[in-house]
Amino acid sequence: MPATNTIRIIGHRAINAVWRIGLASRFFFLTLLYSGSSFRRFRLIIRELFSTGVLSLIIIIVAGLFVGMVLGLQGYETLKRYGSESALGSMVALSLVRELGPVVAALLFASRAGSAMTAEIGLMKATEQISAMEMMAVNPIARIVAPRFWAGVISMPLLAAMFSAAGIFGGYFVGVVQIGVDEGSFWSQMQAAVDFREDILNGVIKSFAFGTVVTVIALFEGYDAPPTAEGVSGATTRTVVTSSLAILMLDFVLTAIMFRGN
Amino acid sequence: MVEIRDLNFAYDKRPVLEGINMTIPKGSLIAIMGLSGCGKTTLLRHIGGSLKPTRGYVKVGGQVIHELNQDGLYVMRRKMGMLFQFGALFTDMSVYDNVAFQMREHTDLPEEIIHDLVLMKLHAVGLRGTHSLMPSELSGGMSRRVALARTVALDPMLIMYDEPFAGLDPISLSVVGDLIRRLNDALGATSIVVTHDVQESLKIVDHVYFMADGVIVAEGTPDEIRASDKDYVHQFVHGEMDGPVPFHYPGRDYRQDLNLQV
Repeated sequence: MPATNTIRIIGHRAINAVWRIGLASRFFFLTLLYSGSSFRRFRLIIRELFSTGVLSLIIIIVAGLFVGMVLGLQGYETLKRYGSESALGSMVALSLVRELGPVVAALLFASRAGSAMTAEIGLMKATEQISAMEMMAVNPIARIVAPRFWAGVISMPLLAAMFSAAGIFGGYFVGVVQIGVDEGSFWSQMQAAVDFREDILNGVIKSFAFGTVVTVIALFEGYDAPPTAEGVSGATTRTVVTSSLAILMLDFVLTAIMFRGN
Repeated sequence: MVEIRDLNFAYDKRPVLEGINMTIPKGSLIAIMGLSGCGKTTLLRHIGGSLKPTRGYVKVGGQVIHELNQDGLYVMRRKMGMLFQFGALFTDMSVYDNVAFQMREHTDLPEEIIHDLVLMKLHAVGLRGTHSLMPSELSGGMSRRVALARTVALDPMLIMYDEPFAGLDPISLSVVGDLIRRLNDALGATSIVVTHDVQESLKIVDHVYFMADGVIVAEGTPDEIRASDKDYVHQFVHGEMDGPVPFHYPGRDYRQDLNLQV
């Protein structure tokens, strides 16, 4: 019966998805539970901050610069129609700190640092390094996973801030230096329009949430990857796809909560 | 030292180990041999506490392994060492840091003493000069010897070897075999070697267990094994093509497969 088979397949996939969400949640709570030792040996987190945060800086800054330049061009063309070119600075800054900074930086973070984390942990599993650690009475969640988790959570808001700063500079370069918008209006309108709590803090909260979700997905996929070449490659793909969708969905939910009625 | 009684284990409903009984006295070096998939590594993982039996038990040093909680298991594992099939060295650490790993994790020894101990362990396996190299710079045989130094870093009372001879050239194979025997005697430890390298194992071990399809089919000293007239042992020791382990995988009648008239 094809219809019965289809229902069976859908049911199997749904159960499998719920099962994996449960496993990922358990993994997340274990990571939090065993985080104490990571903070006692903070050098482990610092080492991971370098590979997840510092090594992502170039791509984040370059991408931020170009996004800001595009915003400057597009914003100027739209605002010109209403004679409000002087509001370019506030438009660029609000777009970046509220939305584009956290979201695009998180998408880039998922592709660069997230995929690297999954591949690294998946390969450690495939080459029995995680089993070796367990046999040496060292908890791999505490030693491998927790430092990477906190490095991801700490570095994501900082990367989003760098992205927004680079974007504002890109918008300034196109709007003020290239097109000739008044420099004083650009900065003063920006300063007047951007609110610390409503805009910057909410952007930081978003990027913190994205950093948590992306890092948990990346670490879980790596830890759960079948110990084969196909297994690791599939897990890396799943990290990028799942993280990107999670960022966009979470962005909608957070935006609806934060900016409703404003 | 190690006592195994009526050990049974199944993945889902597929039995992997059935009624295994072994007594491994302190200070002895034993080999567990058999074809790939016969349950050797599964047995080793029960001794290390990575798997729980469906029936029976494994006792190490008088303690039933599967009844220990995680803390108890980790305390027990500090007294154990395990050499994995391809070494499982931590690829992001140097040779020195790999050997120092357990000392740093489990002891409060000052770095100067760890330095001396690491060099002594590496000297014992003939690789003191490699301490600054990364695992990717070592040959297969050298990786195995560094992993051996790491395995005995805390002078374990029980050392397990999972296929220590796999993929080694004849010189490395002989060196690793010799080191296994010498380290066992020098440390007063008990060692279990899971292997299918008959000739090398028979040179170094005190007692051999043969496994097939999850049960022990033969056992004895190396001399008894060499002289054994049991079909399975004879085929395995002499590497015969056909015997109790058939050359052909079971299938349909050959003439039927070729569509020939019967």
